[in-house]
Amino acid sequence: MADTHTTKQTVAGTESAPAWEPRIVAFLCNWCSYAGADLAGVSRLQYPANVRVIRVPCSGRVNPMYIVKALQLGVDGVLVSGCHPGDCHYISGNLVARRKFVMLKSFLEYLGLEPGRVQFSWVSASEGGRFADLITKVSDDIRKLGPAKQIKKELT
Amino acid sequence: MHDMETKLRKAAKDLLESGKVETVVGFQNGSLPLRTRPHFVRDASVADTLVWNRFCTNNLAAYLPRLFEKPASVRGQWSPPKIAVAAKGCDARSIIGLIKEHQVPRGSVVIIAMPCQGMVDPRKADAAAGEAVTDCHAGADGAFEVTTVSGRTRTLQRDQVVAEACLGCLHPAPAIADVKVEGPSQAPAAERFARAREFEAMAPAQRWELFLKEIAKCIRCYACRQACPNCYCKSCFIEQSKPNWAGAGDDPSDLLLFHIGRMFHQAGRCVECDACVRACPMHIDLRLFTQKLVKDVEELFGYVPGASLDDMPPLCAFQSDDSESFITHP
Repeated sequence: MADTHTTKQTVAGTESAPAWEPRIVAFLCNWCSYAGADLAGVSRLQYPANVRVIRVPCSGRVNPMYIVKALQLGVDGVLVSGCHPGDCHYISGNLVARRKFVMLKSFLEYLGLEPGRVQFSWVSASEGGRFADLITKVSDDIRKLGPAKQIKKELT
Repeated sequence: MHDMETKLRKAAKDLLESGKVETVVGFQNGSLPLRTRPHFVRDASVADTLVWNRFCTNNLAAYLPRLFEKPASVRGQWSPPKIAVAAKGCDARSIIGLIKEHQVPRGSVVIIAMPCQGMVDPRKADAAAGEAVTDCHAGADGAFEVTTVSGRTRTLQRDQVVAEACLGCLHPAPAIADVKVEGPSQAPAAERFARAREFEAMAPAQRWELFLKEIAKCIRCYACRQACPNCYCKSCFIEQSKPNWAGAGDDPSDLLLFHIGRMFHQAGRCVECDACVRACPMHIDLRLFTQKLVKDVEELFGYVPGASLDDMPPLCAFQSDDSESFITHP
């Protein structure tokens, strides 16, 4: 125990300030993407620890305002993932969501929001590998963009 | 134009006298030059106070959801009132949208179809004349004879006087008509979405800067929302406290949240009547942003809001081959 303590102190003393890491909110549908994330975990696949998962019943449950609100509250990126088209637990939730999201992404990027801040994908319950790859890709994209400041509310 | 006014008054009188409707919604002269105000005629004897001219800019559909609302005092069965509306192309499109959203019962609304030549934008006319315009008449060739406050008269071209939305209008004549008033109508605009295309061509950072500059003018009077026929929610997201979508102050981030939210709620519903733009006391260029939504629903889903009663609103429907281009693949 004593040894461990000493080691920790040494590391803390020599370490430079940690590099900036993005904070990403991921809205995952209960039936596919959340189970896909679970499978990635059970399979011990490595992926960046930048995502905070919010489980939703369906990607169709995601109100576009959740995404804008998350950016206002200071997250650096938002990911929404649901079942592949045709596989929705509620038959058509993700198909309606698809129309909503294509409009939202197009509109936000038209206004000048940095492309890549808001991303959408499909991950099924058996795609643990795809989930790990997706999180790696989204984290890399948003790390490159840097901290999100456009919609964030600055406390004064 | 005068001819249309006479026909409208006659149609209103007939509808009221025969008991087919209880109210005719139209316009009366305003107290300022180049202005009219909404007029609710409930008695055939005052039908002659209705006017129809090139200043009937307001979108009258905005009043319908409230007129068709069941009063809180009524219990049990209630039959909605019969209401006729003098509707231009854009008003009729809004009414079609409201019928589809079950805010207006089709059987209770009588659309008096008024073909439209484009309405005068007083702000534009004042700017083009260099001083306040007190009188304005359309000439035979489409130009306008205007008299300014100093008593001078001059001729202004159509595009100097007619509202921007009307210059880009694709549907000047109502798509559905219960009572038809014959009259001249402008040709549908040839060029669509010119401003949105120009804006899209800019760099994202530049677009964001322009967007912020426009939105920073906002004083949060919510006039854009009140004027919009589509904004009939009993409780608007911006005034909800659970969840609290945005703070109540003038923080730039809160202004963004309100405007992004309000505009996105118009996706697939906005008919570009420009009621929000006209209502804005700070002259925010809202059209530049809402035009993108109209462009997207048309290009992605082939949907034109308010064009027909039969097609499903685009965000309530789906196709198996909808665009997937926005999906991130690892």
